[in-house]
Amino acid sequence: MSELLDILALSVKSFFSQSAVFFALMGVGLNLHFGYTGLLNFGQIAFALLGGYGVAISVAMWGLPLMVGVLIGVVAAFVLALLLGLPTLRLRADYLAIVTIAAAEILRLVFRSTPATPVTGATRGLSNFGGDFYALAPFETQRTYEFLGSTWTGREIWACLIGWILVTLFSLLIWQLMRSPWGRVLKSIREDEDAVRSLGKNVYSYKMQSLILGGIMASFGGMILVLATGSANPDQFQNANTFLAYAALILGGTARVLGPVLGSMLLWFIIAFTDAGLAALIRNGIIPDEILSSPDVANIRFILVGLGLMLLLIFRPQGIFGDRREIVLDAH
Amino acid sequence: MPTNSMPTDTAHPLHGLAWDIGVPKPDATIVVDDLVRSFGGLTAVAVEHLEFQRGCITGLIGPNGAGKTTLFNLLTGFDQPNTGQWSFDGRPLGRLKPHQVARLGVVRTFQLTKALSRLTVLENMKLGAQDQKGERFLNALLPGWRTQEREIESRAMELLGRFKLDAKAQDFAGTLSGGQRKLLEMARALMCEPKVVMLDEPMAGVNPALTQSLLEHVKNLREEGMTVIFVEHDMDVVRDISDWVVVMAAGRVIAEGPPESISQNKDVVDAYLGAHHDAPLTVEEEELVLAEAEVAIAAEKAEDADLPTETTRGL
Repeated sequence: MSELLDILALSVKSFFSQSAVFFALMGVGLNLHFGYTGLLNFGQIAFALLGGYGVAISVAMWGLPLMVGVLIGVVAAFVLALLLGLPTLRLRADYLAIVTIAAAEILRLVFRSTPATPVTGATRGLSNFGGDFYALAPFETQRTYEFLGSTWTGREIWACLIGWILVTLFSLLIWQLMRSPWGRVLKSIREDEDAVRSLGKNVYSYKMQSLILGGIMASFGGMILVLATGSANPDQFQNANTFLAYAALILGGTARVLGPVLGSMLLWFIIAFTDAGLAALIRNGIIPDEILSSPDVANIRFILVGLGLMLLLIFRPQGIFGDRREIVLDAH
Repeated sequence: MPTNSMPTDTAHPLHGLAWDIGVPKPDATIVVDDLVRSFGGLTAVAVEHLEFQRGCITGLIGPNGAGKTTLFNLLTGFDQPNTGQWSFDGRPLGRLKPHQVARLGVVRTFQLTKALSRLTVLENMKLGAQDQKGERFLNALLPGWRTQEREIESRAMELLGRFKLDAKAQDFAGTLSGGQRKLLEMARALMCEPKVVMLDEPMAGVNPALTQSLLEHVKNLREEGMTVIFVEHDMDVVRDISDWVVVMAAGRVIAEGPPESISQNKDVVDAYLGAHHDAPLTVEEEELVLAEAEVAIAAEKAEDADLPTETTRGL
């Protein structure tokens, strides 16, 4: 019984963990792209990479203040959105998908390549850039705290706190935007671009604005990730993360303000819970060693999560917060 | 000033015009010159000169593949021609993007209705309004757009009332029937306060009861001083509402004139009956076909009458 409580406490921690924050920030941006505007961005991680490295390189390599690093990260994401959008947003949705997926891989490979070592630290990445960030914390970051039945380091709490504040701000921003005529144009573009063009709206410009704004949100996700982990490493930015962010978004419900946020929390809760649960079952001999041993858990949990997502899409395609009627209309 | 008069009325601005292709109109709003659009080897549109009269309803007809929709696409910026110019109120429209054309006041609808399914009917309507403050990113974050939004909403509700869609205002547009979507699309186009409305097959797939009300709406547009250009296959509809009819076939304008002139035109009958039997027939064309069929039957009967004698002879 106490073991079950431990598992739950550990899983509850994952609700607010740095992973949940990171995917929530990516997901809020993706929701703007995919959920509201209908843009297929398959390289959201590239924006996070530029945000994360923007801070890491500026502070660790160039010795600039943290805030300048944040600014550089945001500007880099802005420029990437322009570069990706200019050639593709006039074309059909699938062109953006291909270009973004390629850009995400190119950026990661360039950042981890040997010639890039003097700037990015290549495969070893960068560290020692979080000092300014943790100095801002109004509490002691060197000790640990008991919180929600689990143990948190002060650094974790500070990084996650700032992360969730950003998530809240961005969600409020999306909420306000989607009530406005600006949001109405975006949703209309998702439904039918040509209809929107025929009504005198510059579709290209709106798609670009959406791509830029959502990309900048992901860049903040990258910043929180590197600050929370204390290092910026190219392999933190594998493009599989983009698809996990999509999973979180769809789990929560697309085109809902809180969809990506709660979806991301839930996704990491499920992952942590299956992880800890399976480990406990093996430890107590309920699952025999011959069938599953503890080292396999890390792989099997993703299989189980994938299975769960498939079931969700079959029985609740609109996600947890989505509107069933919209899915029915979509089938037309 | 356009009135409710039929084209035969002497007061009608187009009365007395020659029934020639490219005839100059007294008050032309859209003028097309040497417009050519080809896709590979196929010339979809090749119009030498065409003028559309302001404040009138011009019907654009022609067999399938005649280039009517391509001409629509060219005039509204959805497609660009290989060569040629066209202008609206003296302003050249070449190389303008669709939204720029729409902002000038030339608004179109589509053959396949483009209702924005997952938006409510009211939201569909509100999207049509022009110059919305809240459509700019920074303004959207401030409350400044709300007064304008209320005005837009009341205008939208008034239009929806006219089109008898007000009860559906809060429903998703995707739940509307095909005919209701046509109505919504027309009403939405009116939210732009256009000068020219271009309707691509407004009656296609609409049940006959709704056709009448749609026709009334189209006529009302003329009463309000708008220019209407529409593509239609139903000859009764064309005859009923158009002041002027332009006939296209194989990308070219083959005839133009008041509706009653068209069915007498030999080129038009040829275009419809020559290669495209799938197009709807006019009464006159139907008679022609019947007459031909009767001749054929008579000939066959005569042959049949001959046959027995031949067979006996053979035996």
